[in-house]
Amino acid sequence: MALSQDAVLSGIKEIVEEVAGIPAASVEMGKNFTEDLDVDSLSMVEVVVAAEERFGVKIPDDQVAGLATVGDAVNFIVKASN
Amino acid sequence: MIKVNKGSDSAILSVGAYRAPRLVSNEEIVSKIDSSDEWIRQRTGIETRRFADENVDVIDMAEVAAREAIERAGITADQIDTVIFASITYPLQTPSAATGLIARLGNYKAAAMDLGAACAGFTYGIGLGSDLIRGGTSKYVLVVGSEKFTDFLNLEDRATAFIFADGAGAVVIGPATEPGIGPTVWGSDADSRDAIWMNPSWLEFKNNPNAPWPYIAQEGQKVFRWAVFSISKIGKAAIEASGLKPEDLKAFIPHQANLRIIETMAKDMKLPESVVIADDIRETGNTSAASIPLAMDSLLKTHPELHGGLALIIGYGAGLVYAGQVIKLPPKPAATSK
Repeated sequence: MALSQDAVLSGIKEIVEEVAGIPAASVEMGKNFTEDLDVDSLSMVEVVVAAEERFGVKIPDDQVAGLATVGDAVNFIVKASN
Repeated sequence: MIKVNKGSDSAILSVGAYRAPRLVSNEEIVSKIDSSDEWIRQRTGIETRRFADENVDVIDMAEVAAREAIERAGITADQIDTVIFASITYPLQTPSAATGLIARLGNYKAAAMDLGAACAGFTYGIGLGSDLIRGGTSKYVLVVGSEKFTDFLNLEDRATAFIFADGAGAVVIGPATEPGIGPTVWGSDADSRDAIWMNPSWLEFKNNPNAPWPYIAQEGQKVFRWAVFSISKIGKAAIEASGLKPEDLKAFIPHQANLRIIETMAKDMKLPESVVIADDIRETGNTSAASIPLAMDSLLKTHPELHGGLALIIGYGAGLVYAGQVIKLPPKPAATSK
Protein backbone atom coordinates (compact mmCIF):
# COMPACT_ATOMS: atom_id res chain seq x y z
CA MET A 1 0.00 0.00 0.00
CA ALA A 2 1.33 3.42 -0.89
CA LEU A 3 2.24 5.58 2.07
CA SER A 4 1.51 9.30 2.23
CA GLN A 5 4.32 11.80 2.41
CA ASP A 6 2.94 13.16 5.70
CA ALA A 7 2.86 9.72 7.29
CA VAL A 8 6.43 8.94 6.25
CA LEU A 9 7.74 12.34 7.37
CA SER A 10 6.08 11.90 10.74
CA GLY A 11 7.67 8.46 11.11
CA ILE A 12 11.11 9.73 10.05
CA LYS A 13 10.88 12.52 12.63
CA GLU A 14 10.29 9.97 15.37
CA ILE A 15 13.08 7.70 14.15
CA VAL A 16 15.65 10.50 13.93
CA GLU A 17 14.71 11.70 17.41
CA GLU A 18 15.01 8.16 18.77
CA VAL A 19 18.28 7.32 17.01
CA ALA A 20 20.16 10.60 17.09
CA GLY A 21 18.42 12.52 19.88
CA ILE A 22 17.42 15.36 17.54
CA PRO A 23 14.08 17.01 18.40
CA ALA A 24 11.41 15.82 15.94
CA ALA A 25 10.31 19.42 15.30
CA SER A 26 13.65 20.29 13.68
CA VAL A 27 13.51 17.33 11.27
CA GLU A 28 12.07 19.03 8.16
CA MET A 29 11.93 18.04 4.49
CA GLY A 30 14.70 20.43 3.40
CA LYS A 31 17.16 19.54 6.18
CA ASN A 32 20.39 17.76 5.24
CA PHE A 33 21.02 14.79 7.55
CA THR A 34 24.76 15.36 7.89
CA GLU A 35 25.12 19.13 7.62
CA ASP A 36 21.94 20.38 9.30
CA LEU A 37 21.02 17.58 11.69
CA ASP A 38 24.52 16.29 12.54
CA VAL A 39 23.52 12.66 11.82
CA ASP A 40 26.77 10.76 11.21
CA SER A 41 27.13 7.85 8.77
CA LEU A 42 26.53 5.14 11.36
CA SER A 43 23.46 6.90 12.79
CA MET A 44 22.25 7.17 9.19
CA VAL A 45 22.51 3.39 8.90
CA GLU A 46 20.42 3.07 12.06
CA VAL A 47 17.83 5.49 10.65
CA VAL A 48 17.67 3.48 7.42
CA VAL A 49 17.30 0.14 9.22
CA ALA A 50 14.59 1.55 11.49
CA ALA A 51 12.78 3.06 8.48
CA GLU A 52 12.91 -0.25 6.61
CA GLU A 53 11.34 -2.05 9.55
CA ARG A 54 8.70 0.61 10.16
CA PHE A 55 7.60 1.17 6.59
CA GLY A 56 8.20 -2.33 5.22
CA VAL A 57 10.43 -1.12 2.38
CA LYS A 58 13.97 -2.01 1.27
CA ILE A 59 16.58 0.72 1.06
CA PRO A 60 19.67 -0.84 -0.62
CA ASP A 61 23.16 0.10 0.60
CA ASP A 62 24.02 1.80 -2.68
CA GLN A 63 20.98 4.07 -2.37
CA VAL A 64 21.69 5.28 1.16
CA ALA A 65 24.46 7.70 0.10
CA GLY A 66 21.96 9.42 -2.21
CA LEU A 67 19.58 10.22 0.64
CA ALA A 68 21.14 13.55 1.60
CA THR A 69 18.06 15.30 2.93
CA VAL A 70 15.03 14.28 4.95
CA GLY A 71 12.98 14.96 1.80
CA ASP A 72 15.15 12.55 -0.21
CA ALA A 73 14.49 9.81 2.33
CA VAL A 74 10.76 10.52 2.58
CA ASN A 75 10.31 10.56 -1.20
CA PHE A 76 12.36 7.37 -1.62
CA ILE A 77 10.22 5.54 0.95
CA VAL A 78 6.93 6.82 -0.51
CA LYS A 79 8.03 5.67 -3.98
CA ALA A 80 9.27 2.31 -2.68
CA SER A 81 5.96 1.68 -0.94
CA ASN A 82 4.06 1.97 -4.22
CA MET B 1 21.46 -51.81 19.26
CA ILE B 2 24.33 -49.37 19.51
CA LYS B 3 25.22 -48.29 23.03
CA VAL B 4 25.42 -44.51 23.42
CA ASN B 5 26.92 -42.16 26.00
CA LYS B 6 24.83 -40.23 28.45
CA GLY B 7 26.10 -36.80 29.36
CA SER B 8 25.27 -34.26 32.01
CA ASP B 9 24.34 -30.61 32.20
CA SER B 10 27.19 -28.27 31.36
CA ALA B 11 28.50 -24.95 32.63
CA ILE B 12 31.39 -22.55 32.16
CA LEU B 13 33.67 -23.27 35.12
CA SER B 14 36.25 -20.52 34.61
CA VAL B 15 37.69 -17.91 32.28
CA GLY B 16 41.29 -16.91 31.58
CA ALA B 17 42.85 -14.11 29.55
CA TYR B 18 45.97 -12.99 27.78
CA ARG B 19 46.27 -9.26 27.20
CA ALA B 20 49.07 -8.23 24.92
CA PRO B 21 51.56 -5.96 26.68
CA ARG B 22 51.73 -3.02 24.28
CA LEU B 23 48.94 -0.49 24.64
CA VAL B 24 48.47 1.36 21.35
CA SER B 25 46.75 4.74 21.32
CA ASN B 26 44.47 6.17 18.63
CA GLU B 27 47.13 8.85 18.10
CA GLU B 28 49.62 6.19 17.03
CA ILE B 29 47.09 4.61 14.65
CA VAL B 30 46.11 7.90 12.97
CA SER B 31 49.73 8.65 12.13
CA LYS B 32 49.25 6.29 9.15
CA ILE B 33 45.61 6.93 8.17
CA ASP B 34 43.42 9.95 7.54
CA SER B 35 41.43 9.88 10.79
CA SER B 36 41.45 11.27 14.31
CA ASP B 37 41.23 10.12 17.91
CA GLU B 38 37.82 11.80 18.19
CA TRP B 39 36.48 10.14 15.01
CA ILE B 40 37.61 6.67 16.15
CA ARG B 41 36.13 7.09 19.64
CA GLN B 42 32.85 8.43 18.26
CA ARG B 43 32.39 5.68 15.63
CA THR B 44 33.74 2.69 17.53
CA GLY B 45 34.24 3.54 21.21
CA ILE B 46 37.86 2.38 20.93
CA GLU B 47 40.29 4.42 23.03
CA THR B 48 43.25 2.04 22.97
CA ARG B 49 44.02 -1.47 21.72
CA ARG B 50 46.73 -4.00 22.48
CA PHE B 51 49.32 -5.34 20.04
CA ALA B 52 51.38 -8.45 20.73
CA ASP B 53 55.14 -8.61 20.29
CA GLU B 54 56.36 -9.69 16.87
CA ASN B 55 57.70 -13.06 18.03
CA VAL B 56 54.49 -14.02 19.86
CA ASP B 57 51.90 -16.16 18.04
CA VAL B 58 48.31 -17.22 18.68
CA ILE B 59 49.44 -20.43 20.44
CA ASP B 60 51.68 -18.45 22.83
CA MET B 61 48.78 -16.18 23.75
CA ALA B 62 46.31 -19.07 23.97
CA GLU B 63 48.61 -20.96 26.32
CA VAL B 64 48.61 -18.14 28.88
CA ALA B 65 44.82 -17.77 28.74
CA ALA B 66 44.29 -21.54 28.86
CA ARG B 67 46.58 -22.09 31.85
CA GLU B 68 44.77 -19.36 33.77
CA ALA B 69 41.36 -20.82 32.93
CA ILE B 70 42.46 -24.35 33.89
CA GLU B 71 43.88 -23.16 37.21
CA ARG B 72 40.78 -21.16 38.01
CA ALA B 73 38.59 -24.19 37.20
CA GLY B 74 40.44 -26.10 39.90
CA ILE B 75 41.46 -28.90 37.53
CA THR B 76 44.73 -29.90 35.86
CA ALA B 77 45.63 -29.66 32.18
CA ASP B 78 45.56 -33.45 31.77
CA GLN B 79 41.87 -33.51 32.74
CA ILE B 80 40.98 -31.52 29.61
CA ASP B 81 39.76 -34.09 27.07
CA THR B 82 38.71 -31.73 24.27
CA VAL B 83 40.13 -28.48 22.92
CA ILE B 84 38.29 -26.18 20.52
CA PHE B 85 40.57 -23.45 19.20
CA ALA B 86 38.82 -20.53 17.49
CA SER B 87 41.03 -18.29 15.39
CA ILE B 88 41.29 -16.77 11.92
CA THR B 89 44.83 -15.46 12.33
CA TYR B 90 46.80 -18.68 12.83
CA PRO B 91 49.07 -18.69 9.77
CA LEU B 92 49.61 -22.46 9.42
CA GLN B 93 47.16 -24.53 7.43
CA THR B 94 48.34 -27.64 9.27
CA PRO B 95 49.00 -28.95 11.89
CA SER B 96 46.30 -27.19 13.86
CA ALA B 97 46.74 -24.51 16.51
CA ALA B 98 44.70 -26.73 18.84
CA THR B 99 47.27 -29.54 18.74
CA GLY B 100 50.00 -26.94 19.23
CA LEU B 101 48.20 -25.81 22.36
CA ILE B 102 47.70 -29.26 23.88
CA ALA B 103 51.38 -30.05 23.27
CA ARG B 104 52.30 -26.89 25.19
CA LEU B 105 49.99 -27.90 28.00
CA GLY B 106 51.68 -31.30 28.17
CA ASN B 107 48.38 -32.99 27.38
CA TYR B 108 49.14 -34.76 24.13
CA LYS B 109 46.06 -36.98 23.99
CA ALA B 110 43.07 -34.62 24.13
CA ALA B 111 40.81 -34.31 21.10
CA ALA B 112 41.81 -31.03 19.48
CA MET B 113 40.45 -29.01 16.58
CA ASP B 114 40.54 -25.53 15.10
CA LEU B 115 37.31 -23.71 14.44
CA GLY B 116 36.93 -21.04 11.76
CA ALA B 117 33.92 -18.91 12.56
CA ALA B 118 35.72 -15.57 12.79
CA CYS B 119 34.28 -13.25 15.44
CA ALA B 120 31.60 -15.85 16.22
CA GLY B 121 34.25 -18.51 16.82
CA PHE B 122 34.04 -18.34 20.60
CA THR B 123 30.26 -18.74 20.84
CA TYR B 124 30.32 -21.44 18.16
CA GLY B 125 32.85 -23.19 20.41
CA ILE B 126 30.68 -22.73 23.51
CA GLY B 127 27.72 -24.30 21.72
CA LEU B 128 29.78 -27.26 20.47
CA GLY B 129 31.61 -27.77 23.76
CA SER B 130 28.43 -27.69 25.80
CA ASP B 131 26.72 -30.21 23.52
CA LEU B 132 29.76 -32.52 23.65
CA ILE B 133 29.37 -32.62 27.42
CA ARG B 134 25.59 -32.98 27.24
CA GLY B 135 26.06 -35.84 24.79
CA GLY B 136 28.59 -37.59 27.01
CA THR B 137 31.44 -37.34 24.49
CA SER B 138 33.57 -34.99 26.60
CA LYS B 139 33.91 -34.08 30.27
CA TYR B 140 36.12 -30.99 30.30
CA VAL B 141 36.25 -28.87 27.15
CA LEU B 142 38.69 -25.99 26.75
CA VAL B 143 37.34 -23.35 24.38
CA VAL B 144 39.96 -20.83 23.31
CA GLY B 145 39.76 -17.74 21.14
CA SER B 146 43.15 -16.34 20.16
CA GLU B 147 43.95 -13.77 17.51
CA LYS B 148 47.04 -11.98 16.34
CA PHE B 149 45.47 -9.50 13.99
CA THR B 150 48.62 -7.45 13.62
CA ASP B 151 49.95 -10.17 11.26
CA PHE B 152 46.99 -9.55 8.91
CA LEU B 153 46.20 -5.90 9.59
CA ASN B 154 46.95 -3.23 7.02
CA LEU B 155 47.83 -0.25 9.19
CA GLU B 156 47.25 2.01 6.19
CA ASP B 157 43.68 0.78 5.60
CA ARG B 158 41.28 3.39 6.93
CA ALA B 159 38.51 0.77 7.23
CA THR B 160 40.30 -1.64 9.57
CA ALA B 161 43.52 -0.18 11.01
CA PHE B 162 41.89 1.28 14.12
CA ILE B 163 39.57 -1.66 14.84
CA PHE B 164 41.45 -4.94 15.14
CA ALA B 165 43.90 -6.01 17.82
CA ASP B 166 45.64 -8.97 19.48
CA GLY B 167 44.71 -11.10 22.50
CA ALA B 168 43.42 -14.44 23.74
CA GLY B 169 40.74 -15.71 26.07
CA ALA B 170 39.76 -19.18 27.22
CA VAL B 171 37.08 -20.93 29.24
CA VAL B 172 36.78 -24.40 30.68
CA ILE B 173 33.37 -26.00 30.21
CA GLY B 174 32.59 -28.94 32.47
CA PRO B 175 29.80 -31.01 33.99
CA ALA B 176 27.23 -29.26 36.17
CA THR B 177 24.28 -30.22 38.35
CA GLU B 178 21.97 -27.81 36.52
CA PRO B 179 22.09 -26.16 33.07
CA GLY B 180 24.70 -23.41 32.91
CA ILE B 181 24.64 -22.92 29.13
CA GLY B 182 21.37 -22.33 27.31
CA PRO B 183 20.48 -23.48 23.78
CA THR B 184 22.70 -22.07 21.02
CA VAL B 185 20.94 -19.92 18.46
CA TRP B 186 23.23 -19.86 15.46
CA GLY B 187 23.42 -19.63 11.72
CA SER B 188 24.80 -17.70 8.76
CA ASP B 189 23.95 -14.96 6.32
CA ALA B 190 26.21 -16.25 3.57
CA ASP B 191 24.82 -13.87 0.97
CA SER B 192 27.05 -11.28 2.67
CA ARG B 193 30.32 -13.22 2.40
CA ASP B 194 31.81 -10.11 0.79
CA ALA B 195 31.35 -7.90 3.87
CA ILE B 196 34.55 -9.12 5.60
CA TRP B 197 37.23 -10.96 3.65
CA MET B 198 40.92 -11.73 3.22
CA ASN B 199 42.52 -10.04 0.25
CA PRO B 200 44.34 -11.34 -1.73
CA SER B 201 44.07 -15.10 -1.26
CA TRP B 202 47.16 -17.17 -0.45
CA LEU B 203 47.23 -18.46 -4.04
CA GLU B 204 47.04 -14.97 -5.51
CA PHE B 205 49.82 -13.94 -3.17
CA LYS B 206 51.92 -16.92 -4.27
CA ASN B 207 51.29 -16.50 -8.00
CA ASN B 208 51.42 -12.75 -8.37
CA PRO B 209 54.73 -11.15 -7.39
CA ASN B 210 53.00 -7.77 -7.15
CA ALA B 211 50.22 -8.93 -4.85
CA PRO B 212 50.27 -7.42 -1.38
CA TRP B 213 50.31 -9.53 1.78
CA PRO B 214 46.86 -11.05 2.47
CA TYR B 215 45.15 -8.59 4.77
CA ILE B 216 41.75 -8.78 6.46
CA ALA B 217 39.42 -6.20 4.93
CA GLN B 218 35.86 -5.20 5.67
CA GLU B 219 33.02 -2.95 4.59
CA GLY B 220 32.32 -1.33 7.91
CA GLN B 221 28.91 0.13 7.17
CA LYS B 222 27.65 -3.11 5.65
CA VAL B 223 28.72 -5.01 8.76
CA PHE B 224 27.24 -2.33 11.02
CA ARG B 225 23.92 -2.51 9.22
CA TRP B 226 23.82 -6.30 9.43
CA ALA B 227 24.78 -6.32 13.09
CA VAL B 228 22.26 -3.66 14.05
CA PHE B 229 19.48 -5.27 12.03
CA SER B 230 20.04 -8.96 12.59
CA ILE B 231 22.03 -9.68 15.69
CA SER B 232 19.72 -8.16 18.28
CA LYS B 233 17.06 -10.56 16.94
CA ILE B 234 19.46 -13.45 17.60
CA GLY B 235 19.98 -12.15 21.12
CA LYS B 236 16.23 -12.04 21.72
CA ALA B 237 15.89 -15.56 20.31
CA ALA B 238 18.67 -16.87 22.58
CA ILE B 239 16.98 -15.38 25.66
CA GLU B 240 13.66 -16.87 24.62
CA ALA B 241 15.19 -20.28 23.83
CA SER B 242 16.50 -20.36 27.40
CA GLY B 243 13.03 -19.74 28.78
CA LEU B 244 14.14 -16.39 30.19
CA LYS B 245 13.32 -12.71 29.89
CA PRO B 246 15.71 -9.75 29.41
CA GLU B 247 15.16 -8.75 33.06
CA ASP B 248 16.54 -12.12 34.19
CA LEU B 249 19.98 -11.20 32.83
CA LYS B 250 22.74 -9.68 34.90
CA ALA B 251 25.14 -9.00 32.03
CA PHE B 252 25.36 -8.66 28.26
CA ILE B 253 28.71 -9.70 26.78
CA PRO B 254 28.55 -9.46 22.98
CA HIS B 255 31.50 -9.71 20.61
CA GLN B 256 33.38 -6.45 21.02
CA ALA B 257 33.14 -5.24 17.42
CA ASN B 258 32.07 -1.67 17.93
CA LEU B 259 30.58 0.10 20.94
CA ARG B 260 27.91 1.71 18.77
CA ILE B 261 26.74 -1.75 17.64
CA ILE B 262 26.74 -3.00 21.24
CA GLU B 263 24.70 -0.04 22.52
CA THR B 264 22.24 -0.24 19.63
CA MET B 265 21.73 -3.98 20.18
CA ALA B 266 21.13 -3.45 23.91
CA LYS B 267 18.57 -0.76 23.10
CA ASP B 268 16.87 -2.88 20.47
CA MET B 269 16.65 -5.90 22.77
CA LYS B 270 15.17 -3.62 25.46
CA LEU B 271 17.67 -4.78 28.06
CA PRO B 272 16.87 -3.16 31.41
CA GLU B 273 19.37 -0.64 32.78
CA SER B 274 20.28 -3.12 35.51
CA VAL B 275 22.02 -5.34 32.91
CA VAL B 276 25.76 -4.61 32.93
CA ILE B 277 27.05 -4.22 29.37
CA ALA B 278 30.61 -5.30 28.59
CA ASP B 279 32.62 -2.53 26.94
CA ASP B 280 36.13 -4.00 26.93
CA ILE B 281 36.45 -2.76 23.35
CA ARG B 282 37.29 0.70 24.75
CA GLU B 283 40.63 -0.55 25.99
CA THR B 284 41.21 -3.74 23.99
CA GLY B 285 39.87 -3.08 20.48
CA ASN B 286 38.26 -5.83 18.42
CA THR B 287 40.07 -9.14 19.02
CA SER B 288 37.60 -11.29 17.02
CA ALA B 289 37.30 -14.79 18.55
CA ALA B 290 39.08 -13.62 21.73
CA SER B 291 36.85 -10.64 22.44
CA ILE B 292 34.05 -12.31 24.42
CA PRO B 293 36.23 -14.22 26.92
CA LEU B 294 38.46 -11.14 27.28
CA ALA B 295 35.40 -8.98 27.94
CA MET B 296 34.05 -11.61 30.36
CA ASP B 297 37.31 -11.67 32.28
CA SER B 298 37.43 -7.90 32.44
CA LEU B 299 33.80 -7.60 33.52
CA LEU B 300 34.22 -10.13 36.33
CA LYS B 301 37.20 -8.15 37.62
CA THR B 302 35.34 -4.85 37.70
CA HIS B 303 32.00 -6.42 38.76
CA PRO B 304 32.83 -9.42 40.97
CA GLU B 305 29.18 -9.58 42.01
CA LEU B 306 28.41 -10.94 38.52
CA HIS B 307 30.10 -14.30 39.22
CA GLY B 308 27.40 -16.95 38.85
CA GLY B 309 24.95 -14.49 37.26
CA LEU B 310 23.17 -14.97 33.95
CA ALA B 311 24.69 -13.34 30.88
CA LEU B 312 23.81 -13.19 27.20
CA ILE B 313 26.79 -13.78 24.91
CA ILE B 314 26.65 -13.30 21.13
CA GLY B 315 29.37 -13.65 18.53
CA TYR B 316 28.98 -12.42 14.95
CA GLY B 317 31.42 -11.88 12.13
CA ALA B 318 32.89 -12.80 8.76
CA GLY B 319 30.86 -15.27 6.75
CA LEU B 320 28.63 -13.73 7.88
CA VAL B 321 28.01 -16.06 10.84
CA TYR B 322 26.55 -15.72 14.30
CA ALA B 323 25.90 -17.68 17.48
CA GLY B 324 24.49 -16.69 20.85
CA GLN B 325 23.46 -18.27 24.10
CA VAL B 326 22.54 -17.39 27.68
CA ILE B 327 25.15 -18.65 30.11
CA LYS B 328 25.73 -18.65 33.82
CA LEU B 329 28.96 -16.73 34.41
CA PRO B 330 31.69 -18.80 36.09
CA PRO B 331 31.87 -18.81 39.88
CA LYS B 332 34.54 -16.89 41.73
CA PRO B 333 37.77 -18.91 41.57
CA ALA B 334 39.08 -20.48 44.77
CA ALA B 335 41.23 -18.17 46.93
CA THR B 336 44.47 -19.77 45.76
CA SER B 337 43.76 -18.72 42.19
CA LYS B 338 44.44 -15.36 40.64
